[in-house]
Amino acid sequence: MNQVNSYRTGPDENGHFGIFGGRYVAETLMPLILAVEKAYNEAKADPSFQRDFDYYSKHYVGRPSPLYFAEGLTRYFGGAKLYLKRDELNHTGAHKINNTLGQILLARRMGKKRIIAETGAGQHGVATATVCALFKMECVVYMGATDIERQAPNVFRMKMLGAKVVPVTAGNGTLKDAMNEALREWVARVEDTFYIIGTAAGPHPYPAMVRDFQSVIGEEAKEQIMEAEGRMPDTLVACIGGGSNAMGLFHPFLDDKVEIIGVEAGGHGLDGDEHCASLTGGKPGVLHGNRTYLLQDDDGQILEGHSISAGLDYPGIGPEHSWLHEIGRVNYVYVTDNEALDAFQLCCREEGIIPALEPSHALAHVAKIAPTLPQDHIMIMNMCGRGDKDIFSVGRALGINMNEF
Amino acid sequence: MTRIDKRFAALKAEGRKALVTFITAGDPNPSVSAEMLAHLPKAGADIIELGMPFSDPMADGPAIQLSSQRALAQGMNLQKTLDMVADFRKSDDETPIVLMGYYNPIYIYGTERFIKAALAAGVDGLIVVDLPPEEDEEFCVPAVEAGLNFIRLATPTTNDQRLPAVVKNTSGFVYFVSIAGITGTASADSEVVAGHVTRIRQATDLPIAVGFGIKTPEDAAKFAGISDGAVVGSAIVNTIAQHLDEDGAPDAALVPEVLNFVQSLAQGVRSAQ
Repeated sequence: MNQVNSYRTGPDENGHFGIFGGRYVAETLMPLILAVEKAYNEAKADPSFQRDFDYYSKHYVGRPSPLYFAEGLTRYFGGAKLYLKRDELNHTGAHKINNTLGQILLARRMGKKRIIAETGAGQHGVATATVCALFKMECVVYMGATDIERQAPNVFRMKMLGAKVVPVTAGNGTLKDAMNEALREWVARVEDTFYIIGTAAGPHPYPAMVRDFQSVIGEEAKEQIMEAEGRMPDTLVACIGGGSNAMGLFHPFLDDKVEIIGVEAGGHGLDGDEHCASLTGGKPGVLHGNRTYLLQDDDGQILEGHSISAGLDYPGIGPEHSWLHEIGRVNYVYVTDNEALDAFQLCCREEGIIPALEPSHALAHVAKIAPTLPQDHIMIMNMCGRGDKDIFSVGRALGINMNEF
Repeated sequence: MTRIDKRFAALKAEGRKALVTFITAGDPNPSVSAEMLAHLPKAGADIIELGMPFSDPMADGPAIQLSSQRALAQGMNLQKTLDMVADFRKSDDETPIVLMGYYNPIYIYGTERFIKAALAAGVDGLIVVDLPPEEDEEFCVPAVEAGLNFIRLATPTTNDQRLPAVVKNTSGFVYFVSIAGITGTASADSEVVAGHVTRIRQATDLPIAVGFGIKTPEDAAKFAGISDGAVVGSAIVNTIAQHLDEDGAPDAALVPEVLNFVQSLAQGVRSAQ
């Protein structure tokens, strides 16, 4: 592999990160994608856009999020010094709103009146419905019928916030089907509609744009760790479904001497099909507008993933992660449902923080390596979401009947 | 000249328009699908579009999504689709066949290997919905160089600046998508479509076929009349769906009914001025 001067210059002008990324969409969508790209490039060059983003990030979302020295977990592991980037303290309880805020500001600039979004677990749907309420935009969220059943509280939240939730029964009724349906809807309503994609995937410019909006996480963390420790961290850890929270933490550090680890959802293990580890268990393919690692069969048909965490339950991954995997800059590993469940409980107990199941995956990997590292080894883990939404799944998995208290 | 070029030249000489029919390979099962394919030319299909089933057909409406799912559930895959064309060619060396689908199965099969296999099977053209001109180098260009037609979709959102790029590596014909939307939904306004067809004619000498939302012989006549041909897909696939029981098993009337419907479409197209 050729040495590169910087890992932060991608994508190229056609949206490629190495062979990954690109714009694999039907012609009907192509002019829209190009319009979004043009508008985003103009917005990036306009200081007032960044000013608006910063204003609402601070006063509405509650940024910056703290970088917290996790005393309890550090003591428990007895090794590396662990910091948690507390993006679960954002308004709506996860990192998702960084991105929906950025995209809705762009939609407003473009004069769009109507927002559509896909959602799996409902977190991105809630974050989208939230900013739509804030900016008085019509909001339609596509959600798999299976997921609607599994995630009733988030469906209710979206409805309270004024969004229309459309059940998607095509395919298996999960996140990838919801994304197909949102793309179909966008094709049919090209004039007035903006599609807020929830992760750092999809056709160019979405992967780069979502990464840019989420990079606030890594930029803050860099300043905060310098203030706390006077030096760069040794290791970064984040969980990966589509990979937006991880991209947000990693990107500002890519050119620094920092070990970076992405943790995929290993479900019931990589021996069968019951996992969502696109990088460690899939292969490159083309879906949802980009070339990236996908879970698929030998005929190129896309497979449904499985994870206890609905937010990681996607058969693809952002194209920049695929590229970072292939060039070896980021190390991608996986943890299983059970390991994540253990980490979930550990975090509640040792820190008094109920983590979402997604960052519980990251913590499960931290639990594997932190005890083996010296005490002056500094780790930052992205605590990208809070776990209130997951208490029912966790209760079920632990065999606890909440009606019997 | 491919079979597609020859067919459009012959139709032009006869002074009539083309009926392009779509079915998904393997829907509702491989044997019934092969039987329909074999009889489509006699029923009046001038060009056959054969869908390569895919798990995530993003530009298709419910009818074609379900047809893809039925085919995949019956074990259909890309190799079997190519084999189906090769079988068809044993008894028909004239009717053009266009494979239509999405890029991922081709990418996984291997682009070079696929181009060779498609030519060997007797495929004439390809429509790969999610490969815009921006991504031409890796597959479209080699396919065209090898002798396959690459048929591109032009849409109401394809503006005049973009049109030259869209038709640049297109061959065989241009497929005008009559509505900004997915397959099998609303019908377009024929006057608006006529305007777009005129616009596309200024950018290319290729024949132009119009599709999406054409459901009846009357629609087919109307849209063929303002272009060089009409493409009908979802309406045919819906006819297939109407002849399946709860377990997806076809009844005896399925094939004759589909062929009757295609015949009526052909009559419509032949009446087009």
